[in-house]
Amino acid sequence: MQVSAFIEGIGLLGPGFKDWPQGAAVLAGTLPYVSEPTGLPPPAGLPPAERRRTGPSVKLALGLGQQAAAASGMDAAALPTIFTASSGDGHNYHMICEALASDDPLISPTRFHNSVHNAAAGYWGIASGAMAASNVLCARDGSFGAGLLDALCQVAVDREACMLIAYDTDYPEPLRSHRPIPDAFGLALVLLPEPTPRSLARLDVTLAEAPASRMTDPALERLRQGVPAARALPLLQALALGGPHEVVIDYLDDLRLRVAVTPAAAA
Amino acid sequence: MSPLLFSHYTATSCLGHGLDATLAALRAQRGGLIPCEFSDIRLDTYIGEVAQVDETSLPAVLAEFDCRNNRLAQLGLEQDGFAEQVRASVARYGAHRIGVFLGTSTAGILQTELAYRRRDPGTGALPADFHYRGSHSPYSLAEFVRCYFGLRGPAASISSACSSGAKVFASARRMIEAGLIDAAVVGGVDSLCHTTLYGFNSLELISGQPCRPYDAHRNGISIGEGAAFGLLERLPAASAARAGEDILLLGIGESSDAHHMSAPHPQGLGARMAMAQALSSAGLTPAQIDYVNLHGTATRSNDAAEGKAMLDLLPAAPCSSTKGATGHTLGAAGAIEAVICALALRHGLLPAGINTTEPDPELPLDYLLENREQPVHRVLSNAFGFGGSNCSLLFGRADSPGRT
Repeated sequence: MQVSAFIEGIGLLGPGFKDWPQGAAVLAGTLPYVSEPTGLPPPAGLPPAERRRTGPSVKLALGLGQQAAAASGMDAAALPTIFTASSGDGHNYHMICEALASDDPLISPTRFHNSVHNAAAGYWGIASGAMAASNVLCARDGSFGAGLLDALCQVAVDREACMLIAYDTDYPEPLRSHRPIPDAFGLALVLLPEPTPRSLARLDVTLAEAPASRMTDPALERLRQGVPAARALPLLQALALGGPHEVVIDYLDDLRLRVAVTPAAAA
Repeated sequence: MSPLLFSHYTATSCLGHGLDATLAALRAQRGGLIPCEFSDIRLDTYIGEVAQVDETSLPAVLAEFDCRNNRLAQLGLEQDGFAEQVRASVARYGAHRIGVFLGTSTAGILQTELAYRRRDPGTGALPADFHYRGSHSPYSLAEFVRCYFGLRGPAASISSACSSGAKVFASARRMIEAGLIDAAVVGGVDSLCHTTLYGFNSLELISGQPCRPYDAHRNGISIGEGAAFGLLERLPAASAARAGEDILLLGIGESSDAHHMSAPHPQGLGARMAMAQALSSAGLTPAQIDYVNLHGTATRSNDAAEGKAMLDLLPAAPCSSTKGATGHTLGAAGAIEAVICALALRHGLLPAGINTTEPDPELPLDYLLENREQPVHRVLSNAFGFGGSNCSLLFGRADSPGRT
């Protein structure tokens, strides 16, 4: 049983990745990969009061969604969304835990509402005006796989567009020792049930047990293993290379996703 | 959407362990909220605490998942023969054909809060017995349940704050319709912790009394904990052979407020969209709805917004919030209230919204102050959350007349 969709736009941010055009050139091997700390764009579209309240995970998710929506030429306000992340804002939650462990366990309202796993989805709605359905998932290291599967099922079953935003940010110590995520990384995909002249590729996804595809570049492989959302890198590389490719993406301990990528012209 | 069979279900909350205790409390219009003595929390509020969570022990091979949330999950799974039904469905469909989609807002973060009190004074390190994967990670709940039954299908935790326990039905529905699975364990588990109690207190949303949803004098929520599970299955081809009292999931509506992180859309626009979409996806009209289990948290703004949406779309439907009895179980609420809706359908009981004595005159709805016993064919359940995440579920009896 397979589920399929067409990719209309891609957003990409991470260490050494600024957007999809630059990232595609790196992943296709036409530009060298130079790892540098992830640059997070200021959150566009939010009222000033809300903008001040956003942390790194919200900035990352909004930046990704805005890149992908712009690339797709679609109206962000009309797109259902699926947000998937291995955890919420680790720095924000660290501050909450420090406060709760103190003699005066008071936390600020903003810290509290920013601690929910769907904070990025909430801010995305405010920034984009999107009132469509928005799902918010987690499957730890397989969070990208879980989001991709949920998104493709939504596109395939309900025959409607959908934007997947997969993102992860780091924890500070002492949580970092238990969950070492080196830097922020994320991607966004705008998916459609039918191709358009803008379509980049068709994805056909099936459940699989084969081992996940690895990156041949050691630095990119370290990134793939280091950040849950970067488990998407083999898929992004297949898209960057063009041509038909098949990759296996990490999902759960005993379950992975086989993704057949077919360039739109050939699909 | 194509109806799905909600074949087996169970709920555990401060009302008691399992369906019999839940139904008995609803029939008696008895709540389970008590003054807060949880942990060392110093707040003047009432909570819905589940008995015997601490006494529950996980199987030794799953020790890494040990935390209050997963103990509560296991306690819930072992009620009403639900675990046996999951194992029977494994025998029927195969472990790889059963998904796990569970809602939680805080998973096992109580363990993180407590670990921060035991940091190494020199290095600041967390104690060695802290397990991120089995407790703090939002996925710890779905992974624990998947491991508990040896399931091999797709899985995820859904964490969209207080709509989580309802939105799991939407993920399961998509995956069943796509043909990737035949059945799914759905539900929600959230357990008491300092973050939510002090967090809602910081927003001045906690009541000093047992909460009074839709009351003119309502003044905030009572936080509860709970675990509810259900088995959602593709409707067998021979659906006519099913018992008449079988419960079907007929419709789902999902929307986003796009308004504010911690306050609902003032006109209840997102809530209205979710309810309208649930009706349209089921092919039903408002007049065909016998009861609405409201989100009804008892904050001023939630009940006003949801009430406006109700007045707009379902002004005549009998309705109540059962959070006066259970407290607001956050990421479990959608699942617990889905099970309460199944009980309403099966037993012909419209449960009263207890604690409420003076329904808000600004919200002139048919708000139930007393139980009603009558045939119940189709009911709607609302779950709305922070970030403007809304989900409405529509359930009906398999023998309901006029189902499209």
